[in-house]
Amino acid sequence: MKPFADLLERLLYTQGRNAKIALLADYFGTRPDPERGYALAAIAGKLDFPGAKPAVLRALVATRVDPELFALSYDYVGDLAEAIALIWPKAAIEAPPELPAVVDQLRQTPREAIPALIATWLDASDVSTRIALIKLITGGLRVGASLRLAKLALAQRFEVEVDQIEEIWHGLLAPYPTLFDWLERRTARPDPGTTPVFRPPMLAHPIEEADRASLDWSSYRAEWKWDGIRVQLVATPGGKRLYSRGADDISASFPEILAAMDFTAVLDGELLVIRDGVVAPFADLQQRLNRKMVSARARAEYPVAVRLYDMLFDGATDLRGLPFDQRRGRLEAWFTATRPARMDLSEQINFETEADLAALRATARDDGIEGLMLKAAASPYLAGRPKGHWWKWKRDPLSLDCVLMYAQRGHGRRSSFYSDYTFGVWTEDGRLVPIGKAYSGYTDAELLVLDKWIRAHTVATYGPVREVEPGIVLEIGFDAAQRSSRHKSGIALRFPRILRLRLDKPVAEADRLETATRLIGAAAV
Amino acid sequence: MAPHPETWLQPRPEGLFCLPGGFFIDATRAVDRAIITHGHADHARPGHHHVLASAETLAIMRARMGEGRAGITQQALASGEVLRIGDVDVGLVPAGHVLGSCQVVMTYQGSRAVVSGDYKRRADPTCAGFVPVACDVFVTEATFGLPVFRHPDTDKEIAKLLHSMSVFPERPHLIGAYGLGKSQRMVALLRAAGYDAPIYLHGALAKLCDLYGELGIDLGDLRPATVADKAALRGAVVIAPPSAVADRWARRLDDPVVAVASGWMRVRQRAKASGVELPLIISDHADWDELLATVIDVQAPEIWVTHGNEAALIYQLGLMGRRGRALSLIGYGDEGDDA
Repeated sequence: MKPFADLLERLLYTQGRNAKIALLADYFGTRPDPERGYALAAIAGKLDFPGAKPAVLRALVATRVDPELFALSYDYVGDLAEAIALIWPKAAIEAPPELPAVVDQLRQTPREAIPALIATWLDASDVSTRIALIKLITGGLRVGASLRLAKLALAQRFEVEVDQIEEIWHGLLAPYPTLFDWLERRTARPDPGTTPVFRPPMLAHPIEEADRASLDWSSYRAEWKWDGIRVQLVATPGGKRLYSRGADDISASFPEILAAMDFTAVLDGELLVIRDGVVAPFADLQQRLNRKMVSARARAEYPVAVRLYDMLFDGATDLRGLPFDQRRGRLEAWFTATRPARMDLSEQINFETEADLAALRATARDDGIEGLMLKAAASPYLAGRPKGHWWKWKRDPLSLDCVLMYAQRGHGRRSSFYSDYTFGVWTEDGRLVPIGKAYSGYTDAELLVLDKWIRAHTVATYGPVREVEPGIVLEIGFDAAQRSSRHKSGIALRFPRILRLRLDKPVAEADRLETATRLIGAAAV
Repeated sequence: MAPHPETWLQPRPEGLFCLPGGFFIDATRAVDRAIITHGHADHARPGHHHVLASAETLAIMRARMGEGRAGITQQALASGEVLRIGDVDVGLVPAGHVLGSCQVVMTYQGSRAVVSGDYKRRADPTCAGFVPVACDVFVTEATFGLPVFRHPDTDKEIAKLLHSMSVFPERPHLIGAYGLGKSQRMVALLRAAGYDAPIYLHGALAKLCDLYGELGIDLGDLRPATVADKAALRGAVVIAPPSAVADRWARRLDDPVVAVASGWMRVRQRAKASGVELPLIISDHADWDELLATVIDVQAPEIWVTHGNEAALIYQLGLMGRRGRALSLIGYGDEGDDA
């Protein structure tokens, strides 16, 4: 348990993504089976111990520590696992249990005996191991390292493509002996068989002017780029799953889609809220995301559907090696024959020249459209982001001139710079209301200017946040403005970023809230 | 019967006042007569008329404030000597907090009170260790007055630092450490662990490190970080005040491992919020266990708490059969984080 606890502690304090991957890679490369497999399962959130919930731990600490002192301590520390780990009486001899033993014994021990078991472990452990133990047991690991990072670390350490791991991941069981056997070249890659596993999706590059100039437009197909979330529908005789682009299993949030997957196929499409054939703004879809349980009311208010645009498997046949045009043909034929509920096809746009598409892109006013997709007719379905096959041609952003209000220091390379900015617009009675936050879009030179200005014009500090006097106008670009009750302004911006520093512009001439409000529902052109 | 200390030692807006002696201890504003426990700016304020303290504390005050502001008249009192002030016998005994730090021992008509200032109980190569003195009232700090604060062994924390330096031999290790006491202690601890390479200092630390040298604390090869080039700092130890660690000053270092040496590093989210990559739990204050051990060592039936997390400590004193009293003195513990 100690090496796993050390890993968690170092991950917590490590800022950079690459540094975190390096820590994980070192851990997976040096720790034995099945310890590393259980660690991976813990990061994946696949370990659940029903007999050990936070209430059990609270009751346990009350048997060792005065409740008043614990209450004062918990209030100060703010984190239950850490407060218990710190206040627990010091170990007479440090002999913490091993991770696999913890998992085995928690599974084998009857519920009523679990508190005593945990107490013996805490008695034998140092603070860092106690924190890891409690977090592991109660299932609240939150280590600042995602499952994706762990997979990237495995790929790096064992020199395989991360997509190869993704393709079999959902068919594996903790503590993943077949995975490590394959990674260490003892056996072939595990065959997922008919398990409904995730296939890494094909991604698009943003198209730049130079790309457009050299593109052979006649060899590309065009579709609208829908503003939802990319999903993969996997239905095999072994089961049904709905995956996000990042390989998360989101089936439970969208039971009506699962219910409609009465076929054997792997499909690629966009999950959208659609009412009477009209795509709703992204904010509506957000109401359905990240929910473990979904109420009947939410299902009725935010009806979801999938707009299909590609087919990876038709029955058991892998279509990924076929050119796009052929896959599209298979998709259309399959759709006509199957007619699945809650699904439609993303229409292909007829065009002759770049000018045709540019005109369409400029005039599209639909809320649910982010721009255009261009797909090479001859391209196979390739995992990752291969260049020259798929392009996204987003609409130009909407923009507002906003006033810098608050600044916060960044992380990692930017930790000594005020690099995160909250900005606002003027109300009718001359107050500033915040409408968004941006961390990107500026040049290094602009960052230096902003950082220096912020330090010299701070009027108040709230922990890491500095409030500045109104003095800098930022031109903020964003993809859409949506109504939101979360912000005082009543507006939320989608993908806000800094387009320019407007040092030339007096703050009084920045935009007003009513201007921003008028942009709600407007599409960028 | 001896008078209870609460009849002759009183909290006032300026600080604790000893009536029969006519002096304040660590007055937070300029007064006529002040006894100073140690040189941190929240305890040693400028502008007093008469100042009594250890010779080291007086030297530190002169170095930090300038001759004129560190008391119009200064009087040194050596540990073990007793001085009659008014009707009170006054002595200074080591508190173990930083170089020169002392507890103030006052005896009046057979009644004794000890004001500890800030203190710790662990060995510190840069100052004399805490000496418990039996008394009727012990006035303590409570910076870490919660049972979650138990500082680990100092050796383990130094080993953690040395390990990190071996894992990242190319990266400078930037240690945030308070200017008086902690930074010199960090140097001394590294030296004691066998690290004898040059250690680089932020400009604000140079004067006090020199003074420590003059007062007999050898800190080895110290160099200014401000003028060193990036190549020289690669893999080196650099010490700076905590405020400089996340500031523009730190940009002169190439990809540093940021460490902060403080008792506050015990709580993870607090450490993380300060942007630390390597938290070092090294404190110049007593932790919870040491606060309780000290209460027993001084055998005082009554404990007054000046500042810090006093609620838990006073509750615990009740469980131990002692009377606890919160003085809630304003103005201490807010000079940066000297913990």
